[in-house]
Amino acid sequence: MPNSAGHTLKAFDEDLDRLRALISQMGGLAEHAIRESMRCLVQRDLEGALRIVENDKKLDALEVETERRAIQILALRAPMAGDLREIVAAMKISSVVERIGDYAKNIAKRVPALGNAKADEAIALLPEMARIATEMVHDVLTAFVERDADAAVRVCARDQAVDDFYNSIFRTLLTYMMENPQNIGQSVHLLFVAKNIERVGDHATNIAEMVYYAATGQHLTERVKQPRDEI
Amino acid sequence: MNNMTKEKLPIESTSPVPMPSTAIAAEAAADQRQEMGGAEPAEPSSLDDHRPPASPSAPVVEVAPDTGPELDAGRTPKMRADKIHVFYGEKEALKGVSIEIHDDRVTAFIGPSGCGKSTFLRCLNRMNDTIPGARVTGDITLDGEDINGPAMDVVQLRARVGMVFQKPNPFPKSIFENVAYGPRIHGLATGKSELDAIVEKSLKRAGLWDEVKDRLQESGTALSGGQQQRLCIARAIAVDPEVILMDEPCSALDPIATAKIEELIHELRGRYAIAIVTHNMQQAARVSQRTAFFHLGEMVEYGKTKDIFTNPRETRTQDYITGRYG
Repeated sequence: MPNSAGHTLKAFDEDLDRLRALISQMGGLAEHAIRESMRCLVQRDLEGALRIVENDKKLDALEVETERRAIQILALRAPMAGDLREIVAAMKISSVVERIGDYAKNIAKRVPALGNAKADEAIALLPEMARIATEMVHDVLTAFVERDADAAVRVCARDQAVDDFYNSIFRTLLTYMMENPQNIGQSVHLLFVAKNIERVGDHATNIAEMVYYAATGQHLTERVKQPRDEI
Repeated sequence: MNNMTKEKLPIESTSPVPMPSTAIAAEAAADQRQEMGGAEPAEPSSLDDHRPPASPSAPVVEVAPDTGPELDAGRTPKMRADKIHVFYGEKEALKGVSIEIHDDRVTAFIGPSGCGKSTFLRCLNRMNDTIPGARVTGDITLDGEDINGPAMDVVQLRARVGMVFQKPNPFPKSIFENVAYGPRIHGLATGKSELDAIVEKSLKRAGLWDEVKDRLQESGTALSGGQQQRLCIARAIAVDPEVILMDEPCSALDPIATAKIEELIHELRGRYAIAIVTHNMQQAARVSQRTAFFHLGEMVEYGKTKDIFTNPRETRTQDYITGRYG
């Protein structure tokens, strides 16, 4: 249900804008962290990887701040209906985005362990896979800020591509490991990296569900059985 | 779990109307039970208790529609208003309002000032009769009986459909007399002891007995605002009404007195059909099971309170309850 105008109480709108801005900021940091982790992985940039680990603290702090503000709005503004759904979604989304940051951190921590892994094919696929996953995160958070349920649905559809990448990388790494047991250590690390990125895609899909509910008041899973327009 | 998201998103499902799983249906039924009368289903004995009974003859749980015209279909309303128009002289204050008031339920009317919610409430026991120039059209029935029909005695009607007003308005008489007055003029008590019993029962139901039992002969106007309002509620229930109408019963009270009245409404709802007009949306959300939103003389939306406040269907409702109106 679209809101027709701003609140009579403008400070309420400002509160909500700040909350949305925090989510956007968190999203930006998480996307950057994933992209950086890929660059560090490909270039074996150990210092860069350390920076990613260090920068994750910012994301943690922003999650705390988002929760604090959301609770403040709940307490002081007693939000209803679409506002209420949006604020609850913001709280949930912030913790999911924080998790995405953790995945980037996890990938960064694996960079030193990779040494000069030979698994070129898998390493070549990972950045592209990560690009799709981070774009999903970016687009779903844009959908949240713009309350665009349709855009959220479109994000869900792209998760399949990420999953396909994962399956492909999985098979490639399996082959490496079978070829030579010495490859197992590095391959397992790369497998976890791929798994982390796959999880980022899943999380983007979860966020899409939250955005859909916040914007429409319906769960995405209910969408098929109850077309809103008919009632 | 690689396929987790796929499981979570059955949007590819080919079945257009998937059957709700039994767990969901049971939850909805429990939800309904809670709405109907407060009493929870049988004591939970194990963690599995939220599932329907495992007996082979377990009834199929019907899930009532949450909103729309089918809401409450099949339930006989206590009062039914059909296409009510009210004119104050030339001005049309209500433009065809239809609504049902049910037993065991609190129905809240919300909306901005001048939207017609109080006017509508006053139709339900013909309080608009007393306003010169007011004209009401449409049908209102109480247990299927036309309240504007020739067979309806308006004094009797107001005993069956009691009212509590915004400002506590006890009679300038003793606490006892305030409550005893109605039963006496309606001939509900045959003797002093019977009248005493009615007064005590009414004051107990209104949650006031313990505070006033030792000073029943003191003036009702000497009580605090919250106590006065509960006295007015005791007065209304003393004549054994079937419906209680409340027009902003807490707007002149402090938060503690308000909480007491709300608790009282919660307790009374099992015994009477209650309709309440309130400007305080949090109050409507707290005390009611059904909410109707009025705007400019129309009833814009009616539905379960939990739906109205989390997911209203109409933009006007959303704008009002989220503070975007005007």
